[in-house]
Amino acid sequence: LGKLSRAALIYIGAVVVSAVVLVARGPFAGLRWQYVVFLGILVIVSESRATQLRKGQLTWSSSSAAMLASVVLVGPVGAAIVGACTALGLRRGPHLLQRVFNTAMYALSAYLAGRAFLAFGGHVGLPDEKSFPAIIAPFAAAALILVAANHGLLSGVLWLTRPRDQMSSGSSGAGVGLSARLLLSDLGYAAYGLLMAALWSVVGFFAPLLVLIPLFVARWAVTQFAEQQKAYEATVGALCQAVETKDFYTRGHSDRVSRGSVMIAREIGMRGERVEAIRYAGMLHDVGKLGVPTKVLQKTGKLTEEEYSAIQLHPMRGLDIVREIGFLDEALAGIMHHHERIDGRGYPMGLAGDEIPEFARVLAVADAFDSMTSTRSYRGARPVAEAIEELRKWSGTQFDPAFVDAFVAALKREGWQLSEPPVIAADDLAAVTARDHDDPGAPLRVIDSL
Amino acid sequence: MTDSAGRTPAHSSRDPRRFPWQVRDSGQLLLVVAAGVWLVAAVAQTAAEGLRDPRIAIAFGALIAFGEVLRLNLPGDRETAPIGFAGALAYALLIKVGAHVVHYSAEQVVTVATIGMIIGALPHLAVGRPARVSGMAVRLLCIACVAYTFRPLAGNSAVEKHWGLAVTLMTALTVIALLLEAVLTALLRVDEQRARFRVALVDEMRVQLPLGAAVGASALLIAFAAEVMGLAALAVFTAPLLVTQVAFRRYAGIRATYLQTVRALAKVTEIGGYVEAGHSERVSRLAVAIGRELGIHEPQLLELEYAALMHDIGQLSLHDPIPGGATVLVSRQDQQRIAELGADVIQQAQVLGSVAEIVRRQNEPYRDTDHAANGRAGLVPSSKPSGPPPGPPLSSRIIKAANAFDDLVGSSLDPGRAAAAVQRLRLDTASEYDPATVEALSRVVNRRSVML
Repeated sequence: LGKLSRAALIYIGAVVVSAVVLVARGPFAGLRWQYVVFLGILVIVSESRATQLRKGQLTWSSSSAAMLASVVLVGPVGAAIVGACTALGLRRGPHLLQRVFNTAMYALSAYLAGRAFLAFGGHVGLPDEKSFPAIIAPFAAAALILVAANHGLLSGVLWLTRPRDQMSSGSSGAGVGLSARLLLSDLGYAAYGLLMAALWSVVGFFAPLLVLIPLFVARWAVTQFAEQQKAYEATVGALCQAVETKDFYTRGHSDRVSRGSVMIAREIGMRGERVEAIRYAGMLHDVGKLGVPTKVLQKTGKLTEEEYSAIQLHPMRGLDIVREIGFLDEALAGIMHHHERIDGRGYPMGLAGDEIPEFARVLAVADAFDSMTSTRSYRGARPVAEAIEELRKWSGTQFDPAFVDAFVAALKREGWQLSEPPVIAADDLAAVTARDHDDPGAPLRVIDSL
Repeated sequence: MTDSAGRTPAHSSRDPRRFPWQVRDSGQLLLVVAAGVWLVAAVAQTAAEGLRDPRIAIAFGALIAFGEVLRLNLPGDRETAPIGFAGALAYALLIKVGAHVVHYSAEQVVTVATIGMIIGALPHLAVGRPARVSGMAVRLLCIACVAYTFRPLAGNSAVEKHWGLAVTLMTALTVIALLLEAVLTALLRVDEQRARFRVALVDEMRVQLPLGAAVGASALLIAFAAEVMGLAALAVFTAPLLVTQVAFRRYAGIRATYLQTVRALAKVTEIGGYVEAGHSERVSRLAVAIGRELGIHEPQLLELEYAALMHDIGQLSLHDPIPGGATVLVSRQDQQRIAELGADVIQQAQVLGSVAEIVRRQNEPYRDTDHAANGRAGLVPSSKPSGPPPGPPLSSRIIKAANAFDDLVGSSLDPGRAAAAVQRLRLDTASEYDPATVEALSRVVNRRSVML
């Protein structure tokens, strides 16, 4: 707490004081307390089921619907009290000061929304059929003000506490990207505030419950999806690692290639969905290596034609394995062609230039880079700078120059987590690869003629 | 076969499906015929009386058709049409649109719902997706049930005046309709998959509960809100259901991809030459069939499937592949090591805790012969709940049997060979294989050879 800057404390203090003053001024006459209590409970429920956004402590809940219903039903002061009920949300985590700030922020936003509703000619009370088209404009104004005030006040505190990462969210960059989407969904939920208020005249207290059920179920499904996706990623990761355990020099290789490919994909501005696909493609790109006999991988001297073709076939084997997964076809193409070269001298099909699928060209860069910066049985890990030099050297013949540039730019900004040098235990079951087929600095040598 | 362990074998006397070919699809047929007869009668009567409140009928018909176009596949091969179902329920429960009190018959509700469903099914047929008539029949029966109960009451002045009464009645009917849907769907699944009714019903309710709650709430919302905002209510309250549906679709999608990925990666052992081609897939199919036969619930069935697919993943850590990969033929220590290594791999994912446990214990004998003497006393049924359950978990026992069976039979479809393999497993039920599991396996295998 002591770490908060003076500006942040003043800001929080100002928000809290203005919220308290505005609510305390009233008027409380004619306030329908039974509505306030009921809507307050709804806010508490919504708040208790709030979703955690990212690792930071920024959370999001569907309470805006209940707050806007209270704007219509009980006016600005009532809405502010309903908003203040967020303080009672049953969830662990937020710091006392955070709770105080959140409470004041919601109360203030709800109050301002209530004022906006009145200013645009809205009438507080139960709406009926006759109030219908007319109520929409003031309600829309109220919804906009509520969302804008909420996000504005929150951004303020996030910005003031930014470097210490203490008050609310993670990095400010993520916060900004997030709020654009949140703003929209908040507005969507806000619309249900009006419906709640409208239905109140037909079914009374039952209305908010009915309105909230589909929204809660939707949220539940989204959470389930996120959990399932996390589980999926973990499982794929574990299985890829299992494939790698045979050779401790390449442990973690898939994971790093996956990360490198994602860096390139982001750098060249791929769509989110394709970035996801290339993440999996990177993880699975070498799965087919398992079809290569261990003795070929372990061989130190030159390879026979037959042995070389066994290695050349591994992308095809990989494709055989992952073909039935409902991925984007692009990911499959990437796995199959990740050893093609721009000059057409790669394998398995000898495609050249633009014939090579984009995913494959991305994977090739990340694949070679990780190979060079990792320790191999026949050489130590090379420094990043040297590996970049090497990428540049082969750029245009082996690699797509555009992706090499993108990778280098991303490396400069984000850095690279190097692979840890392997620790070889005496009883390790893993085999040692004599030649890394991914290493552009030590190409596999084939006996020329037999 | 007597079971000395005293456990009730899962194939107890309730099992009515000894001769599956006799009841094959009869339930589905019955259902479709019932819905069909009802339908013809309803359409005829509506045609005779003429359509009342046609504007409202068209609006709801369009909503039902729209919902039918946007069908949703839930995990476990379930097809639903949440928006269409909600629309049809709302149409059955409608009292007023604005100030206008609606008067139409239950037959009209059934007719409008049917026409909407058929129109909505057309695009699916056009792109070559088969129409699931049974699912549509279930939905139609539920809607008819609500309509025939509520339509006569809708005109009642008591219902019109007291919102409390109307709300209670409508909510109760919606809940009943959703329950009926679960019961009918479970009956169909019993027929299709040879699951047991009670198990199928619980699974059905578990899967359908969240979406069902959203469907029911939306139906009620549309019905109530039409009084305040007219037909605009249809569009307004379909929106959250649409969002819900999108979320469920993504969820179902990732579930499917997950399974496909585990299936695909389980093949890694085959490509590496560690096990015979198709082994993991066959063992998992057999294990799931046995599990279903033994009345395992769907979530555990999914875990069983994952474990069965990955049961040999530990072989990847072995330096040299076991020739032919037949784990039943290698020493117990080696088997145990493979199981341990595989479980370690799965454990790394940190999300499949029980799967790792199933894989770890897949080789344990059903009863340890060394402890059989003192174990027998502890296995008397009355004392069973007190101590820890003897032996490995059921899923491990199933995988052990299925794995052994597949090692003996392989991809062969010869019924004689299968029978011999079952016989061999049966001889080992004193300690190695769980007798109930082997019996279930035997039934699954018999059924399969009958169907060939």
